[in-house]
Amino acid sequence: MLEALSTLELTPFVLSFKLAGLTTIILFILCLPFAWWLSQTSSKSKPIFEAITALPLVLPPSVLGFYILVILSHNSPVGAFFDEYFGIKLVFNFSGLVIASCFYSLPFMVQPLQSGFASINKNMLEASYIAGKSKTQTVFRVALPNMKPAVMTAIIVSFAHTVGEFGVVLMLGGSIPGETKVASVAIYEMVEIMDYTNAHIYSAIMLLISFSVLLSVYIFNQKTKAIGQFR
Amino acid sequence: MIKIDIKKELFGSQKDMLLNINLEIKQGEFLALSGVSGSGKTTLLRVLAGFEDAQGGISVDDEIWLDAKTTLAPQKRAIGFVFQDYALFNNMSVLQNLLFVKKDKTLASHLLSITELSELKDRHPNTLSGGQKQRVALCRAMMGQPKLLLMDEPLSALDSKMRTKLQSEILVLHKEFKTTVIMVSHDPSEIYRLASRVVVLEQGIIINEGKPKDILLKTSGSQKFSFSGELLDIKKVDVIFIAIVAIGQQLVEVVITQDEAKNLNIGDRVELSTKAFTPMIHCTKPAK
Repeated sequence: MLEALSTLELTPFVLSFKLAGLTTIILFILCLPFAWWLSQTSSKSKPIFEAITALPLVLPPSVLGFYILVILSHNSPVGAFFDEYFGIKLVFNFSGLVIASCFYSLPFMVQPLQSGFASINKNMLEASYIAGKSKTQTVFRVALPNMKPAVMTAIIVSFAHTVGEFGVVLMLGGSIPGETKVASVAIYEMVEIMDYTNAHIYSAIMLLISFSVLLSVYIFNQKTKAIGQFR
Repeated sequence: MIKIDIKKELFGSQKDMLLNINLEIKQGEFLALSGVSGSGKTTLLRVLAGFEDAQGGISVDDEIWLDAKTTLAPQKRAIGFVFQDYALFNNMSVLQNLLFVKKDKTLASHLLSITELSELKDRHPNTLSGGQKQRVALCRAMMGQPKLLLMDEPLSALDSKMRTKLQSEILVLHKEFKTTVIMVSHDPSEIYRLASRVVVLEQGIIINEGKPKDILLKTSGSQKFSFSGELLDIKKVDVIFIAIVAIGQQLVEVVITQDEAKNLNIGDRVELSTKAFTPMIHCTKPAK
């Protein structure tokens, strides 16, 4: 066991967290205006966008992975375009994984942000407009600071969910060591070759990290709520 | 001079109606908007603030806020708005709430001293009482030195003592800044104390307007005084009947005859009036 620990290959973990970190940052930037729009609009098309956003929650990762693979492969117009003009291949490499993860974790970023924005007192936003502040200024200076738990939940859960991704990664990235072989895929392969010792170690590490991340979110949210009540 | 001539379809909870307001307000005037809920008062304020669209026109001095072609954004209208629920920025201190509107520390500390909030300037809104919050909201609304101050039932969530205190502060601010004010209020004493003119809305149109004294003091007949209230209970004590009536916050007992007791039902709206020594009680609106 000790021997196994000393020779532990950490690259899959590094890859997992790099992937999750990048995905979270990209999603946060892209989803912020989208979630704001969803929370404020009364447009008839809103349910359509909400349904599309929630799709990754219900679709099997293999279905999601399959379609992303079809769309991004160099046989498709999108894949061909990127290959031809930028020389970037979008499948079976790390950038393909990031794109796929952004779809996979989309609802986990959009939904908490949307409900956070929706929970902000509308009059507070209007008071900011009257103070001459634009919508962007209002979002950053009034809305976001008053919905810290929602922002925290969105970021942490998106991150954790991407770390826990398996099916989509397998469909889209294969298992290229140092490129697309993330922790979850590594564990799968260890079990396949019956290397239970390392599978145990990897799984335990994943379990521990995931639990502490979630625990810290709930502790943070409880504290923020308590401050809100007693301040 | 503020000229308002607007029309807006409203889809109310009971029935749809047309808000149709034609109103001129002089510079420095303190106008009270009164009327039952659902009569369009709040919508009128929101249209003036630019939160909601309407047909027609609004012009303030030489500036056009609304006409067929243009709708000026709320950011560009020189208004202050005091919401019923304060709507303070909870992430900022009292002083920061004021400076968010305009970075003018002299004005901010002046406003805070008028409203006796100077000592609380570093506190966060969550730690303040309702009355203190509404004073902060009032200061914040005045920070932009607005041409028009809109207040939507600003004092209705406060107790009567706090209300009186804030009414005085509103008067002080109004005198000092000479801001034109439109205030939605249901409280006759508040309207009487603050407003120079009252406009009564019903079903989206103005049904009455004038000086508060003329509109609010409506006595009919030759009663010396009369109060309207709700009949809570009728008790039989020996041979007499005692009616318990709620008038505002106060409960009173009135001796009534057996005939009166028969004709009144618990829950009725009643009017209690007296001529000389004998108080009279009669039903103004049956419960059923």
